[in-house]
Amino acid sequence: MRIVNTVKVSFRALRRNKMRSILTALGIIIGVGAVIAMVSIGNGAKAQIEAQVASLGQNVIIVFPGNFTSGGMRGGWGSASTLTADDADAIAREVANNAGVSVEVRDRQQVLANGLNWNTQVLGESPDYVDIRSWPVVEGAMFSDQDVRSMAKVAVIGKTIADQLFPNEDAVGQTIRIRNIPFKIVGILKGKGFNLMGQDQDDVVVIPYTSHMRRVSRRTNISSILVSSTSAEVIGKVQQDITDLLTQRRKGKEPDFTVRNQVEIAQTATAASETMTLLLGAIAGVSLIVGGIGIMNIMLVSVTERTREIGIRLAVGAHGKDVLLQFLIEAIILSSMGGILGVLIGIGSAQWVSYKVGWPVLISPMSVIVAVAFSAAVGVFFGFYPARKAAQLDPIDALRYE
Amino acid sequence: MAAVVKIEEIHKIYDSGEVPVHAVRGVSLEIQRGEFVALMGASGSGKSTLMNLLGCLDRPTRGRYLLDDIDVSQLEKNQLADIRNQKLGFVFQGFNLLSRTTALENVELPMLYGARRSAREIRERALHSLEIVGLAERADHFPNQLSGGQQQRVAIARALVNSPEVLLADEPTGNLDSKTSVEVMGVFQKLNDQGITIVMVTHELDIARYCKRNLILRDGRLVRDELVPDRLVATEELRKLKEAEAAAKLTSA
Repeated sequence: MRIVNTVKVSFRALRRNKMRSILTALGIIIGVGAVIAMVSIGNGAKAQIEAQVASLGQNVIIVFPGNFTSGGMRGGWGSASTLTADDADAIAREVANNAGVSVEVRDRQQVLANGLNWNTQVLGESPDYVDIRSWPVVEGAMFSDQDVRSMAKVAVIGKTIADQLFPNEDAVGQTIRIRNIPFKIVGILKGKGFNLMGQDQDDVVVIPYTSHMRRVSRRTNISSILVSSTSAEVIGKVQQDITDLLTQRRKGKEPDFTVRNQVEIAQTATAASETMTLLLGAIAGVSLIVGGIGIMNIMLVSVTERTREIGIRLAVGAHGKDVLLQFLIEAIILSSMGGILGVLIGIGSAQWVSYKVGWPVLISPMSVIVAVAFSAAVGVFFGFYPARKAAQLDPIDALRYE
Repeated sequence: MAAVVKIEEIHKIYDSGEVPVHAVRGVSLEIQRGEFVALMGASGSGKSTLMNLLGCLDRPTRGRYLLDDIDVSQLEKNQLADIRNQKLGFVFQGFNLLSRTTALENVELPMLYGARRSAREIRERALHSLEIVGLAERADHFPNQLSGGQQQRVAIARALVNSPEVLLADEPTGNLDSKTSVEVMGVFQKLNDQGITIVMVTHELDIARYCKRNLILRDGRLVRDELVPDRLVATEELRKLKEAEAAAKLTSA
C-alpha cells in the first residue's frame, strides 16, 4: 500500500540528485568491494593450502618413531629404531576403522634408466600406500602384498621420473636401476603437483618396503607408518587407538613414537591464512563502516536541505511514519545498491588479481550474501537517525524553514 | 446549509518563550459551504495562527473546531494528517512545489498519502486537476520552467486533487505581480463558482475584494465580519487590464 508509494518517492528523490546518490553509494561500493575481494583472496589462499594438505591423502594418520637416547646422547626425532613393520601389522589387525596401513621407508638414491640418471626419493611402501594418499596409478598397477612378501624388484614411479627418464616412451615394463639393482616398472602414479613446502611430489619411486630395506637401503628401522581412517569423524578415535595399542606393545617403557593426524597438520597450515583473511576482512570492514557514516552524513544534510519538502509532505497528509520510511528507504536503497555494485566490483577485482598476479581466489556465496545484507543493515543503522529527525519535524516550522 | 467550518471560542497560546503569547483570543466563526472568505489583518494580528488552526496544522489551546461536523480540536498528530489529506487543500504564498519534480508529480503528491489508489487513477486525477487550472499541457514541466502564476496554479491543482471540503490559501498572491494576482484570483473565483469553499489569508485590500466575505482580525480577536459589497470579477478586471495595456501601446506607438 503506502509502502509501494514510499519506495517510489524515495527512488524519485534519489534520481533528483543522481551525482550525490552515486558518490554517497561509492563509500559502500568501495567498502563491500574491498570486503569481497579481500575475503576472496584470503579464502583462495586457504583453499590452496587445504588442497595441498588434502594431497597428503585421505584422513591420514602418521606414526613417527620417537627419539633415541644412548649414554646421555639424545638423537633427534625418528632416531629410535624401535618402530617396526610388526607394529604396522598389529595396527592393521587390531585397530578398528582403519582403511589401510602402509610401512614407509624413505631414502634418496641415484636411479638409472634408459642411459639417463636422476637423483630422487625412493620410498619403500605397502600396497595400501596409493589408497592412503588417494594417489591413483594411471598406467599399469600398484605392486601387491605378494610382491612385498617376496621382496620383489618392482617399482611404481612418479610422473616426474617417467618424464625425466622415459621422455619419449612408455615407462611401464621398462627397467629402472636403483643402486644398480634392476627394478621392473609396473605402474605410473598420477601427477600430484607440489606439496606445502613446494617440493615436487611426483619426483618419487615407490617400491615394496621389504625390497627397500633388504635390497636398497639395507636399513632395519622404518621411517614411519601411514594409516588412514575410514572417515574424518573417527580420525581422532583411530589415532587414540593406535597410541594405546603401541603403548601396550611397549609394555610400560617410555613411548618411543609420535602419532599425528592430518587434521592437526592442516590446522597449523590453515591457521595462518585464516588469520590473514580475518585481518584483511577487518580492514575492509572498517571501510564499510566509513561508507555507512558517509551515508548518514549525506542523509543528515539531505534532511536539512529538504526541510521544506518534508513540511509540504506533512501538510498534505503524510504521517511522521511515512517521512521516516522515505528517508530510511532512501538510505537502504543507497547502501544496498552500493552493496550490489560493490559485490560486482569485488568479484571483478578478485578475478583481476587472480588473472594478473596469479593468486588463487575463491568467491564464497556466503561472503557475498553477508556483504549485501550487512550493507543493507548499514543503511538501516546509519539512515535511522536522520530519518527520525525528519519525521519529528513540525509541519508549520518545516514549511517556514528558509 | 450546514457550516463546513465551525469554531467556537478558540484560543491559541504559545508558551515556548519567557512570556506566553496569546495569539488567538477567543474567535468564534462559521463558514458555510460555497463561501469565499478573505481573512485579513495586520502582521501579528493572529491571522496566520488562525489559518494554521483552520488548516489542522496546529491544535487550539482552548475551544472547539468542527470541520465537516468532525471535532478536530482534540485529534492526535496522525489523525490530523489524515484530515489535512482528505478534507483540506493548501495553497501557500511561496507555492511550495517540490523542485526538480514535474507539475504532474507535484499534483500527485497528496494522493500518495491518502486512501489507496491505483497508479493509473492517481495519474488521471492529477491530470484532471491540472486541466481545471488550465495547465494540462504543462504536466511534464518542472517548477523552474513555469512562471510564478503557473506555479501557483500547479499548487492549486495539488490542493484540489483530493476533492477537499475547504481550500485554504495563505497569501496566495503575495509573491505575484498584480496582473498574475488577478489571474490567480480568477482561478479561485471559477472554483468557487463550482461550489468549492475557499478561505484565504491576504493583507491586500484589493485582492480581498475578489472574495465574498471579509473577516478582519486584530490582536487575536475578530473585529469585523462583512460581506463584500462591490465584489470584483477577475475576468472583468483582466479584460480592463488588457485594454489598458493595448491603449498604452497605442499611445506609445
